[in-house]
Amino acid sequence: MIYFILIVILFLLMIGAAVYSIRQKDLLYATIATGIISLVLSVLFYLLQAPDVALTEAAIGVALTTIIFIITIRNTVRYEDEHDNKEKFKSGVK
Amino acid sequence: MEDTLFKILDYGVYGTAVLVILIGLYGALVKRSLLKIVIGLSIIDSGINLLLVAIGYLKGGTAPIFSPGYLDNPKIMVDPIPQALVLTAIVIGFGVTAVALALVIRLYRHHGTLHIDEIRNLKW
Amino acid sequence: MKKFVVILLLAVMGYYISITFFDIGFGDSHLVEGVVPVKDAYLNETVNSLNVANTVTSIVVNFRGFDTLGEVTVLFLAVTALGGILYKKRHQAGERSVLFSASKVVTSGSKLLFPAIVLLGAYVFIHGHLSPGGGFQGGVIIATGFLLMLLAYENFTVGHNTLSVIESLAGITFAGVGIWGLIYGGSFLENFLPVGTLNDLFSGGVIPIIYIAVGFKVAAELTGVIYTVLHEKG
Repeated sequence: MIYFILIVILFLLMIGAAVYSIRQKDLLYATIATGIISLVLSVLFYLLQAPDVALTEAAIGVALTTIIFIITIRNTVRYEDEHDNKEKFKSGVK
Repeated sequence: MEDTLFKILDYGVYGTAVLVILIGLYGALVKRSLLKIVIGLSIIDSGINLLLVAIGYLKGGTAPIFSPGYLDNPKIMVDPIPQALVLTAIVIGFGVTAVALALVIRLYRHHGTLHIDEIRNLKW
Repeated sequence: MKKFVVILLLAVMGYYISITFFDIGFGDSHLVEGVVPVKDAYLNETVNSLNVANTVTSIVVNFRGFDTLGEVTVLFLAVTALGGILYKKRHQAGERSVLFSASKVVTSGSKLLFPAIVLLGAYVFIHGHLSPGGGFQGGVIIATGFLLMLLAYENFTVGHNTLSVIESLAGITFAGVGIWGLIYGGSFLENFLPVGTLNDLFSGGVIPIIYIAVGFKVAAELTGVIYTVLHEKG
């Protein structure tokens, strides 16, 4: 019974992280939500009896994809709307 | 009781995978910033990989790794072929995301903005 | 207005896709009468005639080895395209990847952790045919170790020529093993080494050699990607 409740919580976490990642205006938060999707996906792969796929998804989806997104945000804009970038703090190494 | 629980899990796995694909597709179609579109593409990749691995599951099955003495019966192992396909698909999805982000950096340096309406208007 | 039309279309599409997948069923065996399933043939041949414990490894390297060669080629093309798009001037000496080094805790901790991470990655791709793991997993773990060192120290460099030489040699090894199988056995990527006993390190013919080559190649490629992207300035 408790096993079933935990699996349903994992499903809701994945859908919630996907909705949050699309609707959020601050792009750094959206990247962290994409990392959470990959982490929950790795746990679901393990529960579906596929350990090789879980290793690959945990290493590639969480570590490498997140760091590449963050470096792109460092070199471009931080917020999604254009007028927010001039008012608030704009990221970038100058 | 066990039957309804397993039916809910069945609808749950396929429903979650299809819902994540549709959310990513919505993000790739409607959003206006190029970086959001690339995030949507990455979410679509995750949803499709979950759908592929969930097809090969066998009720009460174990991982397809042999240990002589403990796990010798190949009739209760899950399907290993979708796992080999997904292994390739994850790596290629990462490669596509990396090249797309390099193009985003280049476009920002050339146009100064990431809004796709403005980039379309600056054609000449 | 446009958002409602898109949501409506996606809901209709999602409904029809879900109906198809609910009909297939979850956890059933999907067998058709009179047809021998491929899954049983692969599982039996892996443990009886190849003496390899991990079935996914034997499918990826031996039964569908040509697809793995294609995947390694696609990854190589993606990394080359990334290096060509982010073109910049020659790498000056003393160029920094991060603005300043991290605190004392992070620097001393990462100096201790880095050999352990590289050892874990090497263990994963050497024992790919005995336990869950393999070339891709081990290579990505090693690249993560290099990322830790690049983020903690501001002047940590990896020679670009060294990475290119390692990657090229690993790719030549993979193609060379295939061509040697063609000359000696009769078909590309044929197994020409003797298969040992189950759960031995030297079992499975050419499978460990190919996976070690793939592990080195993926590690060098992904370290090069991280290095190129991290040294990109405004």
